[in-house]
Amino acid sequence: MNGRTLRRAKGHLMVGLLGLAVIVAVLPLVLILGTLVVKGAGALNWDFFTKIPRGTPGEVGGGVAHAIVGTLLIVGMAALVALPVGIGAGLYVAEYPFTRLAWTARFLADVLNGAPSIVIGVFAWAFVVANQKHFSAIAGSAALAMIMIPMILRTTEEMIKLVPHSLREAALALGYPRWRTSLTVVVRTILPGIVTGCLLAIARAAGETAPLLFTALGSQFFSVNIGQPMAALPLVIFGYATGPYEEWHRLAWAAALVLILVVFALSVSARLATRRRTDGRH
Amino acid sequence: MSGTPRPPASIEGRPLGDRVFRGVLTVLASAVPILLLLLVLQLWHGARPAIDRFGLGFLVNSTWDPVVEQFGAFPLIAGTLISSALALLIAVPLSLGVAIFLTEFAWQPIRGPVTFLIEMLAAIPSVVYGLWGVFFLVPFLSKTVYPFLRATLGFLPFFTGPIYGPSMLSAAIILAIMVMPYIMSVAREVLLVVPASQREAALALGATRWEAAWTTVVPYARSGIIGAVILGLGRAIGETMAVTMLIGNRHEISASLFAPGYTMAAAIANEFTEATGDLHLAALTYVGLTLFVVTLLVNAGARLLIWRLARKSGTA
Repeated sequence: MNGRTLRRAKGHLMVGLLGLAVIVAVLPLVLILGTLVVKGAGALNWDFFTKIPRGTPGEVGGGVAHAIVGTLLIVGMAALVALPVGIGAGLYVAEYPFTRLAWTARFLADVLNGAPSIVIGVFAWAFVVANQKHFSAIAGSAALAMIMIPMILRTTEEMIKLVPHSLREAALALGYPRWRTSLTVVVRTILPGIVTGCLLAIARAAGETAPLLFTALGSQFFSVNIGQPMAALPLVIFGYATGPYEEWHRLAWAAALVLILVVFALSVSARLATRRRTDGRH
Repeated sequence: MSGTPRPPASIEGRPLGDRVFRGVLTVLASAVPILLLLLVLQLWHGARPAIDRFGLGFLVNSTWDPVVEQFGAFPLIAGTLISSALALLIAVPLSLGVAIFLTEFAWQPIRGPVTFLIEMLAAIPSVVYGLWGVFFLVPFLSKTVYPFLRATLGFLPFFTGPIYGPSMLSAAIILAIMVMPYIMSVAREVLLVVPASQREAALALGATRWEAAWTTVVPYARSGIIGAVILGLGRAIGETMAVTMLIGNRHEISASLFAPGYTMAAAIANEFTEATGDLHLAALTYVGLTLFVVTLLVNAGARLLIWRLARKSGTA
């Protein structure tokens, strides 16, 4: 009897510790979001979204409009390249999985997925910036695209593999050529899943700082010239957070709040897109 | 029947549409191997001046002096490994605990939301972790936890010396927080695959729920869990922004965890735009190449282990 109560007590203790682990694990999320809202919300005003930094560093006022536009442009250009290439490559790997190219592409996509983003930044620097002899938003987009492509390839492939073969076979039996089956039947069925993968990749790219450090470089001025250095939200956060001015720190918190809201909005809507499929409504 | 498609463009051989389709997709899929090849070649080419000058000794030398053009990356490599190992020491028990709790003990309605919350941690950009670390975590640790550690465990060389704030320990803690969701989610997935018969057999023999989980479910998933841990290691090794904001950025290895340090990724991030010459840039590229190879090996090892688990549970 004693042995059993001891074992039971130990069991309760361990489960209690595990529960504590969950609380410790969720705590940083709560703290970070809390700190961001408390310190960042105060600095969010109309100026923040529409003005660029003041002339003298540390001067109160101004905003990060240049960085918001910069992030939109750089990530937008990267997505313009990464989405077609990623989806197309994923489609190939899913439709013709027994070819050598499919195996190689899948394996190397995993390798690229695991590569640190700063290494990709070094590559983009060597490949684009060093050759053009100047930093540019295009170089930044190239680095981000290279990060996004393997992500989108894998999620697209996984999604397409979920489509039951019977659907494919039914279309083929009705006389649809292979290409039409793939595009109008298979892809159409799993489109929300593919969109999810793309949104998650975009969310990741929007938050990346390291690959932009020596490609897009950042800038104090408003610019839409993609052949020149351009500001971006993560770069602004990094620069202002590590700078000496209180005003900069205030702007960094606000910029971080905006960035997190954008990233979370993309991630959550991505997950909602796939969840809707399983609610039994169709 | 409305909308019956026309018969294929050619009866013999594949229809034109199919050929074009496959051709376009082949081109797009080839982008991946081509990009990776370019990556490796470009890194090698960029690092050549440093490789020619320093050879493999670069990896074991500790002098990093741009002025006399002497570069040695040993503190960077050591710092990377130490910060990552320390991060895992903190993150693995935590992640494993959460994963076991969520798969074995948690009340059904809270499993989804808690998993969601922890996966949201993975979505937070590294630079935001760094921002929070600089203004919240490090000051807090420097005022409460670090003095406590020094007071109680100060006899160990790890907890001696002045407390600067930005340090190896600070970087390790933020890395642990960043890596935890990844280890947790992979561990959770491998635990979910363990057949219920394992747990049920233990319970039938009179085990408590904890005993059943700990002695049958967890060991069954052992190689998958180790794989998850190594995957987490791979992520920790490559983390840049949060680390460079919290580690102190000093080319030094020190016994004390309160002292500043450096990692490969942080050094590249910090010094690349301010490099003082072509050799400096080549040395940094050499560091990048090393970082890439290390991450490659670690990730390959992780995947091998997870694959072994999948095979084992398939034949079980």
